[in-house]
Amino acid sequence: MSAELEGRAFLVGDDVDTDMLAPGAYMKGPVEELARHCLEALDPDFARRVQPGDILLAGRNFGTGSSREQAAQALSILGIRAVVARSFAGIFYRNALNLGLLAVVCPAWDGIAPLDRVRLDPRAGRLVHLASGRSFACRPIPAHLLEMVESGGIVPWLERRLAAGRAEGGR
Amino acid sequence: MAPTSAQKTSAQKIVAEAAGRKTVEPGELVTCRVDLVMLHDSGGPRRVAPILERLGARVWDPSRVVLVSDHYVPAVDPESARILDLTRRWGRTQGVARHYDMLGICHVVLAEHGHVRPGLFVVGGDSHTPTAGAFGAFAMGVGASEMAAVLATGEIWLEVPETLRILLLGRPGPGVVAKDVVLALCRRIGLGGAGYRAIEYAGDGLAGFGMEERMTLSNMAAELGGITGLIPPDRHTLAWLERAGVSLDPAELERWRSDPEAPVGETVRLELDGLAPQVAAPHSPANAAPVDEVEPVPIDQAYIGACTGAKLVDLRMAASVLRGRKVAAGTRLLVAPASARVWREAAADGTLATLTEAGAIMLPSGCGACAGYGAGVLAEGEVCIASTARNFKGRMGAPSSRVYLASPLTVAASAVAGRIADPRPFLAEGKPAEPISAEVDLVG
Repeated sequence: MSAELEGRAFLVGDDVDTDMLAPGAYMKGPVEELARHCLEALDPDFARRVQPGDILLAGRNFGTGSSREQAAQALSILGIRAVVARSFAGIFYRNALNLGLLAVVCPAWDGIAPLDRVRLDPRAGRLVHLASGRSFACRPIPAHLLEMVESGGIVPWLERRLAAGRAEGGR
Repeated sequence: MAPTSAQKTSAQKIVAEAAGRKTVEPGELVTCRVDLVMLHDSGGPRRVAPILERLGARVWDPSRVVLVSDHYVPAVDPESARILDLTRRWGRTQGVARHYDMLGICHVVLAEHGHVRPGLFVVGGDSHTPTAGAFGAFAMGVGASEMAAVLATGEIWLEVPETLRILLLGRPGPGVVAKDVVLALCRRIGLGGAGYRAIEYAGDGLAGFGMEERMTLSNMAAELGGITGLIPPDRHTLAWLERAGVSLDPAELERWRSDPEAPVGETVRLELDGLAPQVAAPHSPANAAPVDEVEPVPIDQAYIGACTGAKLVDLRMAASVLRGRKVAAGTRLLVAPASARVWREAAADGTLATLTEAGAIMLPSGCGACAGYGAGVLAEGEVCIASTARNFKGRMGAPSSRVYLASPLTVAASAVAGRIADPRPFLAEGKPAEPISAEVDLVG
């Protein structure tokens, strides 16, 4: 994964909750089906309007509510590359990184209109609004977590670690 | 960030112990050994089994794992039946002996069986895992991938949290209970206002709340945004654990309490005297307001259920309002006791009879309608008042349904009135509520 991402900004407000991201009615079925209903309580056309490569720009307390990681997984399935929020609910933040979805805290981003293009540098902690050139400071993702995200999340990361441990133990 | 001090918070003490360290400071990144893992049928085996298989790993220590089937119970279609079957088979294959299958909601079951105790580091596959904080355990919720990693390794990474202390001062008046306190806190600090700090309740007001009421406070640490919701263990904790068959050295209580001068990130004070019953309007627990400031909207459904609001004390509260009264015509009251034990005890003490004579419809124990999984979901445009923790848009049924949150007293009063109602006049009519203190607790 390259250090920087560029994409359209898809805007949502404060307190976007896990029941909106992963509606309970679809939790029993396949997550690909659930993803089609992601955020439909907020915007019935969300899953159709969002495009692979989009970056979700959110207000405070994004992902509040349940521990269901399908909330983060649904966004990944729809092609969202990263969520940039003023703040995150703790469990969602962990789930996103654990599933290889970038979650970046950006306390103040203003003047970005829906579908404007933005560039995100998670390592340095910077969000740039391409039209105006304005730059917003983000909290850099700690190196060990970025490594986990870049390897695709906690499962591939652990898979490698366990395999390395076995190889070592076998010598 | 608080300066380093020899005085430590409860959260620091438990995390340090789990991390195998003498002390830890907020902001440090540590790896903790997990004392107890709880997983349920929704985020549990059906999600973690394929991951463990991919990792070529088994559960690191089945004796530290508790499995609970509470979300898809009882099965209503082949898909939910398949999930429950898979959950049972996984438990057997992995040697997880403690599987509470349709015996109640995970957080309540853990408490009933004495699995959560002071000083334990607990990881649960559910956001209301902080409920165990009522027993002085550091308990955090995680998603399924992280749960699989914990099951494979017995470890979890953690940034040591600062503590947000919530001081409860004084005594609440009649008709005001733990649910009102925590809804008022949601309003005060905002949904997620704790910012993933460790919440620690303290203050003289705490002594008046028995263990079940404390569980309500810790449970909604999730809505407040705490990583956990600790309550200092005391004689009530000891008595509860003793009843659950766990004998604890009283010295253990002192060991895990915050030191008196331990630095905390922030302190929030809430005066309980003068606090009114609270009602949180759709679609956020933070929309709480005193009941007399809320429009008395007609309700279609009143719901007493979920880990937050269907313990024995909650059912007794509802019964104290409903005794000798009837649910209003055009309104339905659904009650889903939190566990099989709650059913038994509510049957034994006459609570169930009071509820059903008033017109309550009883539902199976489980997470039920709270998250839109089970019986009791809402139609388009319907209005519900519930003793649950969350009223997010569409959570309990159709997207245009509207859910108000309140205490079991207020839910019951509203069921009788057919509209949102203040429970206090019901209590003043010579039918007083049970005192909401340790005396009515299971340990009494």
